[in-house]
Amino acid sequence: MNNFLSKIKSRKILVFPYVFWILGFTVVPLILIVIYGLTDKNGVLTFENITSMGTYEHMKALILSLLLSLISTLICLLLAYPLALILKKRGAGAGRFIVFIFVLPMWMNFLLRTLAWQTLLEKNGIINGILSLFTLPGIAVINTNYAIILGMVYNFLPFMVLPIYNVLVKIDDNVVNAARDLGASRRQTFFHILLPLSIPGIVSGITMVFVPALTTFVISNILGGAKILLIGNVIEQEFTRGSGWHLGAGLSLVMMVFIFISMALIAKYDSQEGRTF
Amino acid sequence: MGRTLIDLIHIEKSFDGEMVIDDLNLSIPENAFLTLLGPSGCGKTTTLRIIGGFERADKGKVVFDGEDISDVPPNKRNLNTVFQKYALFPHMNIAENIAFGLKIKNKSKAYIDDKVKYALKLVNLDGYENRDVDSLSGGQQQRIAIARAIVNEPKVLLLDEPLGALDLKLRQDMQYELIRLKNELGITFIYVTHDQEEALTMSDTIVVMNQGYIQQMGTPEQIYNEPNCAFVADFIGESNIIPAVMVKDELVEIFGARFACVDRGFGNNKPVDAVIRPEDIDLVEPEKGTLVGRVTHVIFKGVHYEMEVTTPDGYEWLVHSTDLSPVGKEVGITVDPFDIQIMNKPVSEDEEAIGVNE
Repeated sequence: MNNFLSKIKSRKILVFPYVFWILGFTVVPLILIVIYGLTDKNGVLTFENITSMGTYEHMKALILSLLLSLISTLICLLLAYPLALILKKRGAGAGRFIVFIFVLPMWMNFLLRTLAWQTLLEKNGIINGILSLFTLPGIAVINTNYAIILGMVYNFLPFMVLPIYNVLVKIDDNVVNAARDLGASRRQTFFHILLPLSIPGIVSGITMVFVPALTTFVISNILGGAKILLIGNVIEQEFTRGSGWHLGAGLSLVMMVFIFISMALIAKYDSQEGRTF
Repeated sequence: MGRTLIDLIHIEKSFDGEMVIDDLNLSIPENAFLTLLGPSGCGKTTTLRIIGGFERADKGKVVFDGEDISDVPPNKRNLNTVFQKYALFPHMNIAENIAFGLKIKNKSKAYIDDKVKYALKLVNLDGYENRDVDSLSGGQQQRIAIARAIVNEPKVLLLDEPLGALDLKLRQDMQYELIRLKNELGITFIYVTHDQEEALTMSDTIVVMNQGYIQQMGTPEQIYNEPNCAFVADFIGESNIIPAVMVKDELVEIFGARFACVDRGFGNNKPVDAVIRPEDIDLVEPEKGTLVGRVTHVIFKGVHYEMEVTTPDGYEWLVHSTDLSPVGKEVGITVDPFDIQIMNKPVSEDEEAIGVNE
């Protein structure tokens, strides 16, 4: 009996690092953000930090963020789906190799990758240098919304490909064959069978791209210059430049609503995935 | 048997340089229940997939109803397939699954509803329209897969080991059900299985395949009673394949003893293989036997005893009988002339590989 008890105790001890980790680095910071977000400098309860999201300046940044991340997510989806389909068709061996190649850049530091794009896109950067060699007009992409979208798509594309690929490979080839057998053209098979069956993957892909794209400030800092403010930049500046921790926390709380909506969507389709497969 | 419905002409197919089907020629008559039978890797499923259009033959033609359909995609072929492991659409309910083919063909809603109802009745699952695929057992899913195929009124139904995933009892029930369906629908069934008993029970024509070749084609009785090579003899049921010498027409010498048989035309004093089914061997008193041996092994199998009788030359005869001869007993062996099947010894290396000379 004693032995049994000590066993349980020793097992319980194993949990402490995780509990400590979650408490120290997730729960406590979250509580701090809520406290900061709902108080002013004097520690008095206020909703001003939250409602300030409605001001023209913040609203503009938020709408731009939503717009750019939506466009990036859409582009990622349009690029990722055909790629995932090709990977599925390739079969296990070749498919896995292509996935590996695809994931390879993700092992490089996110900041480095983005800085590399900056060097490529700069006014006197590598791309324009090559273009001028052929006496072609240079492109002025750096410090525009297009550059930010490019950065988002480049950095987040793998997060769209992998979930869609994972869902697609699970679909039995004979299910596709059965649709063809029953008279469906390739097009009809895609819209009636493959697409509906891959919705769970598409949804998790969208959330995995949309959420980080919505809150990024690094990509817009590096590829957008200091000119374009996304909501991520606004919050970052409140924390780093000013002493607006309270305002920054308040805006973060608003952003969390968007993240919760995404999580809810994932949860909904995850449970459906369990049902369909 | 009716006229030819499907003709496979000089079909060849290889995967990654490995020959799976080698110059296969096969005529499938209308209204047949034809079974492609063979061990895994013999090319039977590939043959079916070539007929269904999911695989393209490297060489050769598929002729359907007088028309070359080698390049016709599966959705334009007037045949339907019941896949291994059912392959139902998991995001649709039962009615939607069955209706899929008809919806693609833009049939009216009333027609579709009628057809779905009829198909469910045919497979004994009335009232299952709104059930989820997941809520059905394997056997029920298989019936839905069949219903989904036959509502399209195909001329031919292709079945790829449809009962492979079911347990024994259910499999036997489904065998009878498939025979009933076949008779009710009056269409051609092409059936793929590795289960020889299934093939014997259901088919009117069996095509035994091995290593991409057709070994033998015939009625179940022909395949079982008159196997034309050691492979077929061994694959279909159990058999004793014994080296023998054909002394002259209707007389064969096995281990020095002469047996009367019914085969002719092998020549005189020619080495051959004799095939004798275990249930065709009669154990008698030693002095009445053509050969004498001793029982060395007995297993009770339920319906019969399986006995091993060793003759002085060391050969172990497999014998099935409802009468027990205990281990150690000396017995005589006799065989009725028509129960001995004579085969030529394999000549080429290829045939040697195919044949089973254990």
